[in-house]
Amino acid sequence: MADTAVPLEAGTETVNRPGLLKRILLHNLPAKIAAVPMMLTVLVVFVGCTIWTIYYSMTNSKLLPTGKFIGFDQYERLFATSRWNVSVTNLIAYGVMSLVFTLVIGFVLAVLIDQKIRFESAFRTVMLYPFALSFIVTGLVWQWIMNPTLGLQGTLRNLGWTNFTFDWIANPRMVLFALLIAGLWHGTGFCMVLMLAGLRGVDEEIWKAARVDGIPTWRTYISIVLPMMRGVLVTAVVIIGSGIVRLYDLVVALTNGGPGISSEVPAKYVFNYMFSGGNIGQGLAGATMMLLTVLIIMIPWAYLEYGGKGKRT
Amino acid sequence: MQHSVSIRDLSLNFGNVKVLEHLNLDIAQGEFIVLLGPSGCGKSTLLNCIAGLLDVSDGQIFISGKNVTWLEPKDRGIGMVFQSYALYPQMSVERNLSFGLRVAGMPKDEIERRVARAAEILQIQPLLNRKPANLSGGQRQRVAIGRALVRDVDVFLFDEPLSNLDAKLRSDLRVEIKRLHQRLKNTMIYVTHDQIEALTLADRIAIMKNGVIQQLADPHTIYNKPVNLYVAGFIGSPSMNFITGSVDGTTFTAADGTKIPVGAYDFAASPAGSLKAVLGVRPEHILLGDAAQGMPFKTTAEIEIVEPMGSETLAWTKVAGVPVTFRCSSDIPLAVGDKVTVGFDIARGSLFNAETENRL
Repeated sequence: MADTAVPLEAGTETVNRPGLLKRILLHNLPAKIAAVPMMLTVLVVFVGCTIWTIYYSMTNSKLLPTGKFIGFDQYERLFATSRWNVSVTNLIAYGVMSLVFTLVIGFVLAVLIDQKIRFESAFRTVMLYPFALSFIVTGLVWQWIMNPTLGLQGTLRNLGWTNFTFDWIANPRMVLFALLIAGLWHGTGFCMVLMLAGLRGVDEEIWKAARVDGIPTWRTYISIVLPMMRGVLVTAVVIIGSGIVRLYDLVVALTNGGPGISSEVPAKYVFNYMFSGGNIGQGLAGATMMLLTVLIIMIPWAYLEYGGKGKRT
Repeated sequence: MQHSVSIRDLSLNFGNVKVLEHLNLDIAQGEFIVLLGPSGCGKSTLLNCIAGLLDVSDGQIFISGKNVTWLEPKDRGIGMVFQSYALYPQMSVERNLSFGLRVAGMPKDEIERRVARAAEILQIQPLLNRKPANLSGGQRQRVAIGRALVRDVDVFLFDEPLSNLDAKLRSDLRVEIKRLHQRLKNTMIYVTHDQIEALTLADRIAIMKNGVIQQLADPHTIYNKPVNLYVAGFIGSPSMNFITGSVDGTTFTAADGTKIPVGAYDFAASPAGSLKAVLGVRPEHILLGDAAQGMPFKTTAEIEIVEPMGSETLAWTKVAGVPVTFRCSSDIPLAVGDKVTVGFDIARGSLFNAETENRL
């Protein structure tokens, strides 16, 4: 600021010009100051803690992160543990089904709401309501509903329908679907609202043009409208995906990993080993594997999405 | 002669709001009809009814002699071009053109033949593999026209197709649409609020207001013999000059007492006795200086504002106490404060009943 007050005379200009370093530091100074807290957060919390996690996952730390370096022993133990392997399988199965069904059901609901129906806002509120509840509440409610003696099965049997069976929550082969029902009940409404916003963003004249072209409504949705909603779809996938990876509280409230270990998930494994199992090294190894999985999915996607910038436009 | 499009007693209500009321319109084969009016006059609504995008409340629509009132748009034999182009953004130009035909299950070689023909007519062959996002506004609108073209239909509907383009492109595409019409000789119905587009393109113009067609005539008649005050004021830029007063026999007396002879006027029916009236005269029909000497009515007026427009000059003055604009050659030097003789011949002007606003 100060150098603007100096009268500009020939020759003095270069003398008064601040040095390169000074210019880099002072240019847009307020913006730089404002960005410092976030930069620190990124460096300390994201990068720093990740490195810390990876380092201590290679130690034999038990109750406190103090152990000595032992290389990949924790990882060998991790993949020899059936509870971890079941957790990973469960997460993949749950994740694929949850992602597909949430998107499909959310889209179908959005399309139904989009038909200029009455009481649209009432429907929207009802559908979105579960999203306002925490997973703990969702899990408890569905635990009661699906409880074989107290819930739906017991009620219908008491009403005289004695052959009725709905015991997924107690059945090791079906318990994942019980989780899925609760998860879908919780998440589809939100997906629907996102999709509805996307549908509303489509120009009315596109619909008219498609009608004049004689394209059936379902075909218009799939071939024309859905591709136009790419941005909304990416948002929905990211939000649903991050919900899947950190799936924890729903399992704790609904099944607590049971029956047996049939509904365990990685986040629960990590939490148990770190805070109640007294084996930080093992927990951090699990956490590192979760991070690695996310990176394996995210990096190719980010590369495809942002990498080939020259090819687009 | 069989009409290409016939609209019989068409009414459309949105709830209690009557948008169109008992509207009748016959359009001949190969005719270029422009529906012209301000926003909210029902012209786009009428076009959507013809296209089948809106269900009518009452009345019937015939296209090529077939009653299409309750048919789906695709079965009506129409192609439509929209203001926002409404291209499918994720598809290439070629696919935009062919998608409707593909869905209809047309043989591949027939689709290719039609797309090639449309691309050739519209000069869009180099663009066929591009996405709409990579096209300019004019190119997009050409593709949109192409999408109507491949449908091989009898009637083309245009819904303000040039409104999203800048002035230069608009006049270029206007000529192209006219050329297209001369080449294809299809019936075209074109909605616009731009009177220049209407006057240049149309075989006949339908001027609409509040869901009613005010006048349906060729551009020359619309311009020179408007049926009422509304049409007279809507068409023409700068608009027609109006002088209120009363007419009695062959004399028009303006509000300030100025007498204007109207004996040469071609009355539809001679008014009986004295009648409150409005006299309208177009700015280019007011003559200046020597040319005004021979006119049945002439007066001296003071120039108040001069607007040089390059090819011509617009000047503002007062005649019979009301502001009047006139148009003259830019070669005539005019300055504010000049006293000039202006005059006009009522035979080229219009007289309207002040109460009914209809032409006398």
